[in-house]
Amino acid sequence: MTHLLTLLLRRLPIGWLQLTHNRGRMAAALAGVAFANVLVLVQLGILGALNGTIAVAYAPFQGDIFISASDANTLTDGSPLARRVLYQALSDPQVAAAAPLYLGNVEWTRQDGSIAEMTVYGLPVEAQRFAGPLIRDALPTLSVPDTALIDRGTRGADAEALAQVSPDTPLQFEANGRTVTATGNFALGGSFNADGSLAVSDQTFLRLFPNRISGTPSHILVDVAPGADPAEVVARLTERLASEPVQVRSLATAKADDLTYQTTQRPTGVIFGFSVAMAVVIGLVIVYQVLSTDVADHLAEYATFKAMGYPHRFFLSIVLEESFILGALGFLPGLLVALGLYQGVAALTGLPIAMTVTRGVMVFIGTIIACAASGSLAARRLRTADPAELF
Amino acid sequence: MFPIEVTALNHWFGEGEARKQAIFDVNLTIDQGSLTILVGPSGSGKTTLLTLMGCLRDVQDGSVRLLGTELHGAGMSVLEAMRRRLGFIFQAHNLHESLTARQNVLTSLQVHGRGNPARQAAAVEHMLGLVGLADRIDYLPGNLSGGQKQRVAIARALVSNPDIIFADEPTAALDKETAIPIVRMLKELGQSRGTTTVMVTHDNRVLELADRIVTLEDGRIVKDERLR
Repeated sequence: MTHLLTLLLRRLPIGWLQLTHNRGRMAAALAGVAFANVLVLVQLGILGALNGTIAVAYAPFQGDIFISASDANTLTDGSPLARRVLYQALSDPQVAAAAPLYLGNVEWTRQDGSIAEMTVYGLPVEAQRFAGPLIRDALPTLSVPDTALIDRGTRGADAEALAQVSPDTPLQFEANGRTVTATGNFALGGSFNADGSLAVSDQTFLRLFPNRISGTPSHILVDVAPGADPAEVVARLTERLASEPVQVRSLATAKADDLTYQTTQRPTGVIFGFSVAMAVVIGLVIVYQVLSTDVADHLAEYATFKAMGYPHRFFLSIVLEESFILGALGFLPGLLVALGLYQGVAALTGLPIAMTVTRGVMVFIGTIIACAASGSLAARRLRTADPAELF
Repeated sequence: MFPIEVTALNHWFGEGEARKQAIFDVNLTIDQGSLTILVGPSGSGKTTLLTLMGCLRDVQDGSVRLLGTELHGAGMSVLEAMRRRLGFIFQAHNLHESLTARQNVLTSLQVHGRGNPARQAAAVEHMLGLVGLADRIDYLPGNLSGGQKQRVAIARALVSNPDIIFADEPTAALDKETAIPIVRMLKELGQSRGTTTVMVTHDNRVLELADRIVTLEDGRIVKDERLR
């Protein structure tokens, strides 16, 4: 290793030799860096899970354009729309198709008495083009009243048993006082708002939610004609529907707006964002402590080098060398612990908390930058002081 | 030209009320190739004068010309270039703890740039051989005795063939049996290379080796004897 670093650095690998000379101190420094990594990775993971569940909630359906009530910030919190909006949208020559999307929450009382909060997606059975791949094939079978597809990723449920649910082995359960028969399953998973999901036809939806006046969808899905520019259609529909309390957006924009709203306006999102910021600050403090202690421990030795005529950039390169070593060697255990914690949290909450390559790489690079910056900052004393004052 | 010319040098420590003068109007020129020993009681300003001449402290008032270069007001890069032409031996040897004897000496060569690794290795081994440590080349300082450490420090100071060597009480941490041979070694190695050496010491045992003894008291030169 020393030989390799000598070739790489074109000088004695003093950083490496310093670190390995005192194994105990190096272990403590690595533990500090690893802990900082765990903190940041776990907080980012939880924030990522929030973002993930928000995105996943859009998976059961698809479309080019999404019409929502003007007071709708998320999928589930807007007022119902008037059905005439659907017909007004359809009257645009470049709109190929449109369908209502119904959304609501029911409580699924399980046999053991436990209650799961389920988000119910209601789509017309004939609107297959607006169904996501998760439920598209099974959608026509929901024309039988009071049938549903059930989310086998539902929190607290036996995923294997739910995976067996099929037309031949249906599952009956109570929801909002009605008996519903699940004749199929799909995999979506719980979110911060619900434990799982159900997919039903629009007719079944209206039976489950008798207070929802017939023909008042939560959102309207629109597909534009082949070759038409969705942005143009969005602009035209916005103008046409100016008198209605609605907002017309592309589905992608609606999703992005929802994400922004939930992470910056909702308490959960704000708290998670705040936790990430706190974790980053604490991580920075730990890393600064590790590097500045290391520089302080070697100040007399650096002063000797300075007395020999070494320039300041030499010390910066030693600090950088140590930052790379500590950042790289501390990241691995940090990553492993974080992955373990991800699994624990995922098992406990059913949230889709998972490591992404981007997150790993960002935290890794961030750690090394933080190490290098802390070390350089700590080495500033060396720049100004006379060597004779540091021995 | 003298390797060291000190003119009207004053130096203060501290700020404001606590400001205290340590060096008073010192004038001193050192001859090429000589061994000059600075003596005087504790607090007389010997080490301060040595570090001022050795580019380890900023010159506040007066002039220090080292190898023809004025140090007063010199920029960082001038100071660094000057330091690379000097060899410094410290009281506490100041070896780098995590580096072996060989690596410690090598740092004194690498400061001049990468150079030829094979030639540098040969120079380091030769130098450690000269100070009698051929069999301790790959030892860490922690595994060497006080005298051996100081000999590594001497090898480090000499290996790059400096123009001037400054030594700050190099024998303070050593017993009598080790002290004399070390200073003798320093003098012989210096003489054979024509190196100018300035040494601060409390140690009366080594005075007989000096070409010149300069005595300081309260920051002033009070006696200047040329023995040879």
